[in-house]
Amino acid sequence: MPEDSKASPAPSPAPAAAAAGEGVTRRGFVSWIGVAWISFSGAMGVASVSTLRFFFPNVLFEPPQTFKAGFPEEYIAGQVDNRFKESFGVFMVRNESSIYAIKAVCTHLGCTPNWLEAEYKFKCPCHGSGFYISGINFEGPAPRPLERYRIVLADDGQILVDKTKIYRQEKGEWVDPESFIAA
Amino acid sequence: MADAPKKSLFTQIREGQVWNSIFRHGPPDNTRNRSLAVLTNVFLHLHPVKVRKSGLRLKYTWCAGGTTFFLFLVETVTGLLLMFYYRPTSEYAFSDILDLRSQVPLGIMREIHRWGAHAMVIAVWLHMLRVFMTGSYKPPREFNWNIGVLLLVLTLLLSFTGYLLPWDQLAMWAVTVGSNMARATPFLGNEGPGAALLRVGDISLVHAGDDARFALLAGRFVGAGALLRFYVLHCVGIPLVAAVLMAIHFWRVRKDGGISGPL
Repeated sequence: MPEDSKASPAPSPAPAAAAAGEGVTRRGFVSWIGVAWISFSGAMGVASVSTLRFFFPNVLFEPPQTFKAGFPEEYIAGQVDNRFKESFGVFMVRNESSIYAIKAVCTHLGCTPNWLEAEYKFKCPCHGSGFYISGINFEGPAPRPLERYRIVLADDGQILVDKTKIYRQEKGEWVDPESFIAA
Repeated sequence: MADAPKKSLFTQIREGQVWNSIFRHGPPDNTRNRSLAVLTNVFLHLHPVKVRKSGLRLKYTWCAGGTTFFLFLVETVTGLLLMFYYRPTSEYAFSDILDLRSQVPLGIMREIHRWGAHAMVIAVWLHMLRVFMTGSYKPPREFNWNIGVLLLVLTLLLSFTGYLLPWDQLAMWAVTVGSNMARATPFLGNEGPGAALLRVGDISLVHAGDDARFALLAGRFVGAGALLRFYVLHCVGIPLVAAVLMAIHFWRVRKDGGISGPL
């Protein structure tokens, strides 16, 4: 096509105008470039978001966030039950008036505390934080009490522990009716 | 063949097509060719053509940057060798580490890798201290200081990701504790500032199942997914970024006037 325009006898700005007249105007060109850039940016944006989403797996090989923890009668007052510690990271505790589920994660740096029956306290092996049976911290570097999980009675009478909701003592949340089961 | 005066093998090679296709300048017996030797070599051209005498003074530079780079090469080579045996799965990781010591020939390979990593962190700090104490971060070298800070962070991240790979109790809990920091990322961590604001009605958009820590660990806690992710980041992701930044770092040393010297 440039050959044709050069073939005209007058080498002046006129051929350029003629070339523009062939269908591509300056305005048309600029708007097409605009469309091209918007489509390109859009495609890149979608690709980036999809790639970012790639890092969040849909299927997890982890224990479920809610589980049934047996019947209230299975728990003995004044004792800490370790049976869900390994599998779900939860201490089941019953005292005179209630059953609650303590999250087995130290509030200092996130290790798993142990229940020491002889000393009647939770003790973290990492940096020595100690907690009463209620979860209240009393020694070591832990800055606040252990957290509790949501705990309710399911329709079949079993205890249902829901790990998606936590209750913190320092926020006054341990009075919430779903932070314990009256027993 | 025998008529021409016999040339030495060395001369024959130097004048041959193979040599001259690789090194396209004459013998380095004059200043111009010596400069060309540096300028026409992709590896050497990152380095200044000329180095000031003060740049070689060990008392001034401590050669800490050079030591760091040397240790990076040591880590790359030993790390590559370890990859021939180590499998990043929760089933095999720990036993492969033990086997690397007791069953694989040259059982100190992992020890070299580990001690090299410690030495690299120390060398990076010494390099940073030297650059700071000699004021070498000042214009025109501010940009290169910033590249250096990024390289420092990458060095620490390499150590952190490598720490998980032995898959023992130390590794598990160190990374559990370390990755808990990601919970506090502003807006992206479920315990971070601003995360509580990102909610629709009663549903929290940033929670333990979709925050920054979750993406890092591929789960809610340190498990098999985290081991694989840390392995890939440790062996490929971070070294690749570090290599690119190192190329920029060395090239900028040259472009910013060579190794800084006493004024």
